[in-house]
Amino acid sequence: MTLADFGWAIVRIAIMLGFLLGVLPVVIWTERRVLAWFQNRIGPNRLGPFGLLQPMADAAKLFFKEEIVPANADRLIWALAPALSLFPALVAAATIPWGPNRLLTPVADVDIGLLYFLAMSSLAAYGVLLAGWSSNNKYSLLGGLRASAQVISYELGMGLALATAVLASGSFRMTTIVEMQAEPLWGVVPFLHNWLIFTPWGLVGGALFFICMLAETNRAPFDLPEAESELVAGYQTEYSSMKFAAFFMGEYIAILAICGIMTTCFLGGYLAPINFSPIQALGEQGGFWGVLATLTGALMPPFWFVLKLFGLFFGFLWIRATLLRLRYDQLMNLGWRFLIPVGLVNLALLTVYMIWGWVPSLIGYAVAIALYFATVGARKPERRTVALAREAQPYRPKEA
Amino acid sequence: MGERLLFFVLAIVAILSAGGVVFSRNPVRSALLLVLNFFTLALIYFTLSAQFIGALQVIVYAGAIMVLFLFVIMLLNLGSPDAMPSERDLKRPLAYLIGFGILATLVAQSLALMIPGAPQASPDVGTARVIGLALFTQWAYPLLLMGALLTVGVIGSILLARRRVS
Repeated sequence: MTLADFGWAIVRIAIMLGFLLGVLPVVIWTERRVLAWFQNRIGPNRLGPFGLLQPMADAAKLFFKEEIVPANADRLIWALAPALSLFPALVAAATIPWGPNRLLTPVADVDIGLLYFLAMSSLAAYGVLLAGWSSNNKYSLLGGLRASAQVISYELGMGLALATAVLASGSFRMTTIVEMQAEPLWGVVPFLHNWLIFTPWGLVGGALFFICMLAETNRAPFDLPEAESELVAGYQTEYSSMKFAAFFMGEYIAILAICGIMTTCFLGGYLAPINFSPIQALGEQGGFWGVLATLTGALMPPFWFVLKLFGLFFGFLWIRATLLRLRYDQLMNLGWRFLIPVGLVNLALLTVYMIWGWVPSLIGYAVAIALYFATVGARKPERRTVALAREAQPYRPKEA
Repeated sequence: MGERLLFFVLAIVAILSAGGVVFSRNPVRSALLLVLNFFTLALIYFTLSAQFIGALQVIVYAGAIMVLFLFVIMLLNLGSPDAMPSERDLKRPLAYLIGFGILATLVAQSLALMIPGAPQASPDVGTARVIGLALFTQWAYPLLLMGALLTVGVIGSILLARRRVS
């Protein structure tokens, strides 16, 4: 590694971290304003233009808050937990390409890009788990245990969904996955890109991934680890001041990173919605076409990437404003009994496509959907009357 | 030079954390140090251009298995193991014997690699493509056996966890 390589690596890391940290206040502001809009109220609009400075004021306030350590907390682990939740979030985005320039992005274009992301996101469970345990508070502990169980369960579905992208492109490398999607749509429509979401396996895989990424980032309707009505604030109940802010930042940066993965694997990454390559060919004439070619070829891709990122984030907010929180058994049933079988069938049908072509694969999808509605879908939803006081008890097998 | 320095730093962290796993009195800290150990091992794999194994090390061991271990330790709220009865049977000498045996084998293996002319791995030996090809052609039958073993494990765990319906 020469000194120039090292310098470019530093530049790439600086751009990535600069974007993640710089866009954070905007993301938090967006969430609060959009939620307010959904709930027919105004939201923070006083500080700065449109209230954009509100997150800064909140950060300054948190910075000067007193830090209270609970009695009998395991102090070392208690202090370590926020850092452990921030670290995987900050480094998880390192393999995501956000533009065509290989000197500036991604930070590391490694052979195992997707596996690297899975590895980092699997480490994210520790911060929450340890925060819950070390706080010496029953609500915190319950929140931490819930979080780790949830993250482990939904990691499987997420891996199966990402496997469709890996199989379709034949590589774990993120840039290869994006290049695969730059081809003409279904091999026949030249002016559109072949985004994975436009294929049946990509559509199913993308839907699975979207559900799993809500659960992985502990967002509504999967926010059981910090369910306010049951657990105060879950694992972060005992945290105050900047340690609380670290959890907050980690959560939002993790959301940005995972939206980036969804964008890269299913929504064509930094590719434009329309294929601009004819303009690239015209651009060699220079003049007006040259400017247009630079614009579409070099300057616009990061814009498309960020647009898709924020589109997905808006989807997060839409769901948070719309859906109710799941019950714990519903969460586990959804993860293990629905997402994982669907992901496995989807993978099998993708391999059918890769071996025998698209006709048997589409027939397979039709058969699978028909079978689902004939068996599981035809079942009447279970109706039962429950006494709430008993339902709230932990499960015990009935004595006969 | 830089790579060698990185290796020594990682190796020292790995050895210290492995020692900490054994000597720590607090089970949660032991488990956490084991996570740190797995993580540094993964980083060492990366520096040896075995990226695939490094990533799997983090996903499977540091990410999944150790989260389960911590989960169980926290759920049972284990204290320090002072109250555990000291074992007077054959287990302890046997453990020493096996441990030192494995250590001797490892040392012999790594010394054998230092002999000039020993076979060197090719640089792309750690990529997913090479490992996948080897697994599904040369080692296909052992792989199928491992699959059967894991399936037996899954069925067994389902049987254990099944709700008992009278």
